[in-house]
Amino acid sequence: MTRLATTFSANRPALIAFITAGDGDTAANLDALVAGGADIVELGMPFTDPMADGPAIQAANLRSLGAGTTTADIFALAGDFRARHPAVPLVLMGYANPMVRRGPEWLADQCQAAGVDGVICVDIPVEEDAALGPALRAAGVAVIRLATPTTDAARLPAVLEGAGGFLYYVSVAGVTGKQQAAGGAIADAVARLKAATDLPVAVGFGVRTPDQAADIARVADGVVVGSAIVELIAQHRENAPSRVEAFVASLRRAMDGARQPEEIPQ
Amino acid sequence: MVAPTPNSYRTQPDSEGHFGAYGGRYVAETLMPLVLELEAEYNRAKADPAFRAEFDYLLEHYVGRPSPLYYAERLTDAVRTDCDDAHGAEIWFKRDELNHTGAHKINNCVGQILLAIRMGKTRIIAETGAGQHGVATATVAARFGLPCVIYMGARDMERQAPNVFRMKLLGAQVIGVESGARTLKDAMNEALRDWVANVDDTFYIIGTAAGPHPYPELVRDFQSVIGTEARAQMLARTERLPDLLVAAIGGGSNAIGLFHPFLDDKDVAMLGVEAAGHGLDKQHAASLAGGAPGILHGNKTYLLQDEDGQIAEAHSISAGLDYPGIGPEHAWLKDSGRVEYTAVTDTEALTAFQLLCKTEGIIPALEPAHAIAAVVDRAKTMPRDKIVLANLCGRGDKDIFTVAEALGVEL
Repeated sequence: MTRLATTFSANRPALIAFITAGDGDTAANLDALVAGGADIVELGMPFTDPMADGPAIQAANLRSLGAGTTTADIFALAGDFRARHPAVPLVLMGYANPMVRRGPEWLADQCQAAGVDGVICVDIPVEEDAALGPALRAAGVAVIRLATPTTDAARLPAVLEGAGGFLYYVSVAGVTGKQQAAGGAIADAVARLKAATDLPVAVGFGVRTPDQAADIARVADGVVVGSAIVELIAQHRENAPSRVEAFVASLRRAMDGARQPEEIPQ
Repeated sequence: MVAPTPNSYRTQPDSEGHFGAYGGRYVAETLMPLVLELEAEYNRAKADPAFRAEFDYLLEHYVGRPSPLYYAERLTDAVRTDCDDAHGAEIWFKRDELNHTGAHKINNCVGQILLAIRMGKTRIIAETGAGQHGVATATVAARFGLPCVIYMGARDMERQAPNVFRMKLLGAQVIGVESGARTLKDAMNEALRDWVANVDDTFYIIGTAAGPHPYPELVRDFQSVIGTEARAQMLARTERLPDLLVAAIGGGSNAIGLFHPFLDDKDVAMLGVEAAGHGLDKQHAASLAGGAPGILHGNKTYLLQDEDGQIAEAHSISAGLDYPGIGPEHAWLKDSGRVEYTAVTDTEALTAFQLLCKTEGIIPALEPAHAIAAVVDRAKTMPRDKIVLANLCGRGDKDIFTVAEALGVEL
C-alpha cells in the first residue's frame, strides 16, 4: 500500500498541511507540521505568477523566490524530509511551468528520488494531462486532481480519469485563503464526489480555523489547511515552528473530536 | 530534415485548441467548465448569421470600419533617399489607429461583448497594459450598459495616466495591481483571480490572441477583419497583393489579425516585430527571440523565463508590448517558418516614431512604432516595385508623455 493509501486507511480524518517551500526555515516548519499532528504534508513549489492563490500564499511565493529558492532546493527539502519521516506522505503542489520546465520525465524522476508521493498541478486540467500525468503515473507518483463547485456530474468522470492519491475538493470558486464555504454545501459536494470515486476526498481552500476543520472532518476524508499556516510563518519568521506546531495541534484536536459521536459503539 | 509544409496555414487550432505543440487550455479546474462553455457558445455564434451581422454592423457604424489603406508616399521617399536607385519598396499602412478608441483593440472587444451578452453574463472584467484594451473594453461595456472592472499594473497606471482617466470617464472601475513588476502580466494574474471567484456572472474579455482556448482563436477571428479588409483594399487599389506584411507583437493580436487572411498567399512574406527593449542581451520583451516554450496564463507558448521556469520581467518602452509571452499561434508560425520574427529596441522605435510624425503627419502609438522601424529597415533592401504593408495598430496620443520623457523634454 502506498503511503497515501495507508494514511487514509487509518480510522481518523486526515489533516493535510501546506507550506511554501523556501519561505522561512522550511525543514523546521515541516517537522512542526508532523509534530503537531499533520498526516500529510503538502509542499508548495513557489512560482512567480501564482494566479490561483490569494494574498497570503502569493506573498509566500515571492518571499521564497526573493530568497533565491531553486527547484533543486525544493527537491533537496523533499528528500531530506523523506529521510527524517519515512512514513509521512509528501505531496508537491504548484504550477505547470516550473514543473514541466525540464520535461515531465525529469520532474517524475525527481519526485521518485525524493520520495514525493503525489503532485497537484493547479493549471494542468485533465484536458492537458499529457503534459505531466503519464510521466508521473509511470514513476508511481499520484496525479492528485482537483474538483471544484463548477465541476458538474457530466465532467466528473473525466476529472477522475488517471487521478490518484486522493481527490482534492476546492470548496469555493476562488483563490486560496479567502472565502469560507457553507458547511451544508460542502457535505453535499463531498457526498456527490464519494459516490463517483473510491479515492478519498479531501477539502481545502478557505479552511482557517479548528472549528471549520472539525466541520469538514465530519463529512470528508481529509482537510487541507494552507494560508492560515503560511500567515503564521510570515508573522513569526524564525520563531514560526513552535507556533505552527501549536496551531496544527489545535486543528488535530478539533478534527479528532469531530468524529467521536459516530465512533461510540451502539 | 525539412518539416513537411501543411496544405493550409489557416486550419489551426485543432479541436483541443492546440496550434501544433502550442496553445491548449492550461487553467484551474474551476475555470475549465467556463472555458468549455465559451467554446461551445463561440461555435454556435460562428454558425449564426445574426451574430456576424451584428458584429459587422457595430464595426461599421460604431468603430468606423473599414479603416483606410494608405500609401505613405513621403515616408517611402524618405526611405528612398537613404538607399540606391533600385531599392526602396513602397510603404503602405492599414490605418487601424483611426478606429474608435484609437487602436485595433476595439475590434475584439465588440466581438467578445456580443458573446458575453449571448451567454447571459452581466459583469465584464479585463486586463490592460498600455490601457488601449482597457479603454476599448470600458467603451463596449458602456455601450451595452454592463459594469466593468479593469485590472492594470500600478506601474502602467503611472505611465499611461490619460488612459486611466479615459476608462474612469467611461464608467469602469480601474484596479491597480501591485504584485510583481506591476505591469501587464500581473494585471492578467489578478483578472484570472477575479474570474475564478466570480464564475457565475462574469465574462473575461482577454485583450490579445492568447490565454486558454478558445481565446486565441476567437480574438484572431475578430481581429482578422484587419487582414480581410487590407487584402481586398490592396487588390482593388493595386490589383496585386503586398510582398511583405509587418506588424508589432506583444501578445500578437493585431499581427495575427493582419497575417491570418494572407497565410495561404504563398508569395506574401510576413514579419512580426517584438520589442527588444534595452537590447536582446539586456532586459526586453521579445519572447520568441529570447524565450523558450512554457506554460502561462492558460496556454503553452514561448515565454521569457529562467532555467527553473520562473517567469522573467519583460521590459519595453511600450506598455502594450511589455509582456513575457506571446500568442500561441505566433509560436507555431515561428516554428513552421511561415512568418519571420525580428525585434526592435526602445531607441529604434523612438526614432521611427519621430520619423512618421514628421514625414506623414501621423503620431503613432509606441507599439506600431516598432513595426515602422522594421518597415524602414526592410524597405531599403527591397526593389522599388515591391510593396510593404504595415498595420498602424494604434495612435500615439496616449504615449506623448512617455516619448517626451525619453527625449528629455519637459512638458
